[in-house]
Amino acid sequence: MSTLRLTLRAAPAQRVDCAPLTAAPLAGQALAAVAALPLVAGNRTLRVDELFALEGTPGDTLVVTGDGARLDRLGAGLAAGTLRVEGAAGDYLGQRMTGGRIEVMGRVGAFAANGMKGGEIRIGGDAGDFLGGAIPGDHQGMSGGLVLVAGNVGARAGDRMRRGVMLIDGSAGDYLASRMVAGTIAVAGAVGHGAGTSMRRGTLLLSTLPAGLPPTFNDCGVFPFTMLTMLARAWRGLPGPFGALPDGGLRVRRLMGDLANDGRGEILIRA
Amino acid sequence: MILNGVAIDDEFAEAFGMKATRVIITAQNLAWAYHAANAATGFATSVIACGCEAGVERELTPAETPDGRPGVAILLFAMSGKELAKQLERRIGQCVLTSPTSAAFAGLEGGDPVALGKNLRFFGDGFQASKQIAGKRYWRVPVMDGEFLVEETTGVVPAVGGGNFLVLAESQPQALAACEAAIAAMRTVPNVIMPFPGGVVRSGSKVGSRYKSLGASTNDAFCPTIRGITKSQLSPEIGSVMEIVIDGLTADDISASMKAGIRAVTALGRAQGIHRISAGNYGGKLGKYHFKLREILAS
Repeated sequence: MSTLRLTLRAAPAQRVDCAPLTAAPLAGQALAAVAALPLVAGNRTLRVDELFALEGTPGDTLVVTGDGARLDRLGAGLAAGTLRVEGAAGDYLGQRMTGGRIEVMGRVGAFAANGMKGGEIRIGGDAGDFLGGAIPGDHQGMSGGLVLVAGNVGARAGDRMRRGVMLIDGSAGDYLASRMVAGTIAVAGAVGHGAGTSMRRGTLLLSTLPAGLPPTFNDCGVFPFTMLTMLARAWRGLPGPFGALPDGGLRVRRLMGDLANDGRGEILIRA
Repeated sequence: MILNGVAIDDEFAEAFGMKATRVIITAQNLAWAYHAANAATGFATSVIACGCEAGVERELTPAETPDGRPGVAILLFAMSGKELAKQLERRIGQCVLTSPTSAAFAGLEGGDPVALGKNLRFFGDGFQASKQIAGKRYWRVPVMDGEFLVEETTGVVPAVGGGNFLVLAESQPQALAACEAAIAAMRTVPNVIMPFPGGVVRSGSKVGSRYKSLGASTNDAFCPTIRGITKSQLSPEIGSVMEIVIDGLTADDISASMKAGIRAVTALGRAQGIHRISAGNYGGKLGKYHFKLREILAS
């Protein structure tokens, strides 16, 4: 298992599109070839080695170190291997990734996991708006894979989400799961206004009632769903509270909606 | 070969290729898991008239089941994958979906996927919901006691059906006691079922009949009450014969099961009225698998 480490020489003055770093597998590429990859930064195109100091051998693991808040599309299109970001990451982290694993120690920008189809993203800090959401023009947001956020997430996480799992240890902003088609989102902390607005199907597992729920959600009562044990078992061992859910005995209050849009989504509040 | 006074015939059991699947049925407690499993495997003694052969394989602890509740594993065998799919849907739909607190999951990894809850979900009349967990799709069907959770598909694999052996004893109680001992031992062997009532069949059959409409009829050569008027294979001291039929996921599973069962019978020995162990076959021309009694016991 060889590792290539990219250390930012200085925080970039403009936003940098880092998608070329993971557009193709790095394993087997010469270090010089990786150093020469073109990255668009603002209105200029720079070589990788103009922005980063390179160390190690291209292989299964890519490590990016430094203040990466302006590094957009890190891990875009990732299909296998590991990307570790020792710091912050910009927008569109893991965009349309299909496999592999991304770990970010710090916070990430907006639209992380946009179009994600598989693999796993672990975010150590907060995530911006539209986590796992759809960008304008997309019919659906995240459609597979697992996203774990140790911190808080911004507004509209899971917008148009189609499939996959999102586990948020902190709080979620307004309009969580807006226009959600299917999938599972669990939030341990507080949830803002308008959760589930225009939600068609899918599951929100929450610890507390959201600050403001659309009037188009109806209370169905409290139940011990067997399915929750299976979710708990699938998540066992993951970092955060969802990795330590009890093996059975979970009871939830079930609210179904959004009745203005099919109405087969569910918000489950732990009882 | 004679074991503890019991003669082992130089015979073989003739078995056939089948298709099989395993389903895990869970419920609030083991009693209700058994209610569902027993219903789903009822009227499934022989493919001749039941469509499939099925039985409870073993009990499962909560740690062994997908949903952390007590359960039982059932095995179903049929002559084709298509017939197995039909039987599976009917039996899970009528006997497990209907049983309070039940859930049903695939019990075999791999194999050809066949619908388990894929079509049963429509019972939900549009209120059903799917949930993908760890790469598998499950259906949540609203029912009056809560929610019926069922995995979308289960795997169908090639299997073997029709392993068997005959227990020849002095009397009916002695033959039955020997078979009960055999079944108790065979139930500890994984991947097999003994599909007849209590695992034992008293009406072994031969191919053909003097009546044109019947393809099989009583195995008169082993019927003690007519030994004087037919070409009997029974000596005068034999008063009762019973058979144990075994279906297994592999030939090795059937061999292991037959060995455990016959060993349990021979442990009772001549002192308990057991005289012979034999096996049923069709001359070796019909079945792909031959289980030779003496080779199995010598292994």
